[in-house]
Amino acid sequence: MVERNIRIGSSHGLHARPAKLFTQAAASSGATVNIRKGDKTVNAASILGVISLGVDHGDEVTLTVEGDDAERIMGELEELLVTDQDEA
Amino acid sequence: MEFTGTGIGRGVAVGQTVRMPDPLPEPADTPSKRGADDELSRATASMGAVARDLEKRAEIAGGTAADVLEAQAMMAEDPSLVDLISQATAAGKTAERAVFESFASFRDQLTAMGGYLGERAADLDDVSQRVIADLSGVPAPGVPQPEEPFVLVARDLAPADTALLDLDKVLALVTSDGGPTSHTAILAREKAIVAIVGTADALTIENGTSVIVDAAAGTVMTEPSAAAVADAEARIAERREAASAPLTPGALADGTAVPLLANLGSGDAAASAVELGAEGVGLFRTEFLFLDAGQTAPSVDEQTAHYVRVLEAFPGKKVTVRVLDAGADKPLPFLNDADEENPALGLRGLRALRANEQILRDQLTALAAADAQTDADLWVMAPMVSTVEETEYFVGLAHEFGLRTAGIMVEVPSIALLADRALAHADFASIGTNDLTQYTLAADRLLGTVAGFQDPWHPAVLRLISEIGQAGADTGTPVGICGEAAADPLLAVVLVGLGATTLSMSPAALADVRLSLVRFDRDAAQRLARIALDAHDAASARSAVTDAAASLQKE
Repeated sequence: MVERNIRIGSSHGLHARPAKLFTQAAASSGATVNIRKGDKTVNAASILGVISLGVDHGDEVTLTVEGDDAERIMGELEELLVTDQDEA
Repeated sequence: MEFTGTGIGRGVAVGQTVRMPDPLPEPADTPSKRGADDELSRATASMGAVARDLEKRAEIAGGTAADVLEAQAMMAEDPSLVDLISQATAAGKTAERAVFESFASFRDQLTAMGGYLGERAADLDDVSQRVIADLSGVPAPGVPQPEEPFVLVARDLAPADTALLDLDKVLALVTSDGGPTSHTAILAREKAIVAIVGTADALTIENGTSVIVDAAAGTVMTEPSAAAVADAEARIAERREAASAPLTPGALADGTAVPLLANLGSGDAAASAVELGAEGVGLFRTEFLFLDAGQTAPSVDEQTAHYVRVLEAFPGKKVTVRVLDAGADKPLPFLNDADEENPALGLRGLRALRANEQILRDQLTALAAADAQTDADLWVMAPMVSTVEETEYFVGLAHEFGLRTAGIMVEVPSIALLADRALAHADFASIGTNDLTQYTLAADRLLGTVAGFQDPWHPAVLRLISEIGQAGADTGTPVGICGEAAADPLLAVVLVGLGATTLSMSPAALADVRLSLVRFDRDAAQRLARIALDAHDAASARSAVTDAAASLQKE
C-alpha cells in the first residue's frame, strides 16, 4: 500500500470538474484508492463520497492506493490533485 | 389572462406552451414482494441505464454542459450509493424506495454543506428522478422535445435541463421560480432567448395554451385576441428587421452618441463582434493568455502577437485592454499562490500586479509594441483599483511605456466615492458592475446562497455609478460600463442617464441595447435614472423604471 499527503491545487477545490476527473481516474485505475480529509475516509472512485468531503483549494488530503502498480497510480492521481483543473 | 414576472431582454414570442413535467411522486415505503437480490439487481440495472443515457447526452452536448452531464453519469453509478442501496434493499425496501432514500441522504449532506455544494444537490435530484423513472417505467422528467417550436413553462431550469434544450425549437422560456440571476435568466441572456422568470402562477398555465410572451413588459398573456397576436407579430418582425438592418452606431433618440462596444475574452471572437455592430472593444480580458500559459507568464513576444491580432480587427476603433486581472476566482500560480481566507478581498487585480511588477511591465511593453504595429485606438486599464494613489501609479506607468490612454476600472466602492479625485488622474474610467455590486452589497458573486444580492439595479450600486458619471462630466473624462448591467436593455438607458458615455457587453446583447437606446432621449434617460435612484431596492427600481419607460413611450 502506498500512502501520501497531498495539497489540493484546484482553485475551486475538489468539487465539480476536478472531482469528476479525479474520480474517473481513480475508478479506472483498477486499484483500491481511498482519500481521507480529517477523520473522514471515502472510496476515491465515488464522486459523491469525494464531493461530500468538501475539499477546498489548499486543503491537505491523504491518498492511499492498494493494488498492482500502486506507485505509478499514486503518481498520476497526485498530479491530478496538485494541478489546477478549474481553468480551461 | 395575464401573468407577470421579470422579463429578460426585450423580445416578444407567440406560441403554444409545453409544460416541463412535474417531479415524480415519492415512492411508497411498502415492503418489497420481490426479495432483496431481485430489488438490488433492478436498481443497479436502472442506474446503469441512466448512466449510459447521461453519457450519451454528454457526448451530444459538449463543452461545460458535458462536464455536468458526465459528473451526473458518475453519480448514477456511484459505488457509495450502491452500498447504501444494497443496505436498504437487504432491509426489505423496494428498489424505488431504496434509490429514493439513498440519493436523498447524499442530497441532504450536500445541502447541509451549503454554497456551491448545495447547488450540486439539484444535479443529484435530477439523477435520482431519472433512475426512479426508469425503475417505474415512466418517462424521465426532463425537457420535452416536441416537433414544433414551443414556449417552455417550468418551475425553474437546471443546467442539465438546458444543456440539451434544442434552442431552435424554444420560442420562449417562462419560469415560476428563479430571479434575474438564475440559471434560466443567464442562459436566456447569453442565447438571446425571450424569457420571463419568477412568474407567479405560471404553473397553472395548461399545456398547449396559446400565449404571447412579452419580455419588455414582463408579461405572459394567455389566449390572446387576434389583434394582440397581430400586434406581437408586428413587433417580432420589427425586431427581426432591426437585427438585420444596417448597423447604426449606438445613440439616443436625440442623436446623442453612445458607442456600443464588445466584451471579448480572446482574439478569436473579434470578427463576430464586428459583424454584430460592435463599435470597438470596451473590455478585452487578457487572463486567458496567462491561464493557458501554465506555471509561468507568457513572453512579451507571445503577448504582442496576440494583442496585434485583436487590434487588427478594429482599425481606427477603440480597443480597451484590461491588464491581467488575477486573484479571487482565477488565481495564477506565478502571481499569488498564498492561501487567502477572503480572496475577493485579497491580493488581486492591480494589487497582485504591483506585487509582481515585472509581469505588469512586460504586459505594458507588449501592448505598446502591438499598438505601434496597428491602427486601432488602444486604451489600457487596470482592474481592482481602490485608491487615488493606485490610479496615479497605474496611469503614470502606462504613460511611461508610451500608452497614451490609460484608465481605471471602478469596481470598489472606495474609488467610486472618490471618483472626482481619481478621475483627475485617469484618462477614462470603466465601471465593472458585477464586482461593484459584489463589493457594495458585501455578497460573494460566486456564492449561490447570496446570489439574490447580485443585482446591479440596486439603488446603492446605481448611486455609486452616478457619482462616477458626475465626476466624469465635471472633469470631461469618458465613463464606460463593461459589466453584465450594460447588456440589460432598460438598465442600459438608466446607466446613460447616470452619465455613462459608452456601454460594453457581450456581442449577443448589442442589437437589443441599440434598439432600446433609440427609444429615449437624454431627458428621458435622466428621468428614468432619477426614478431608479429613488427606489428602495433592486426589484422596485426595476419595476418603477419599467412602468415609467412604458408610459414615456406612450406619450
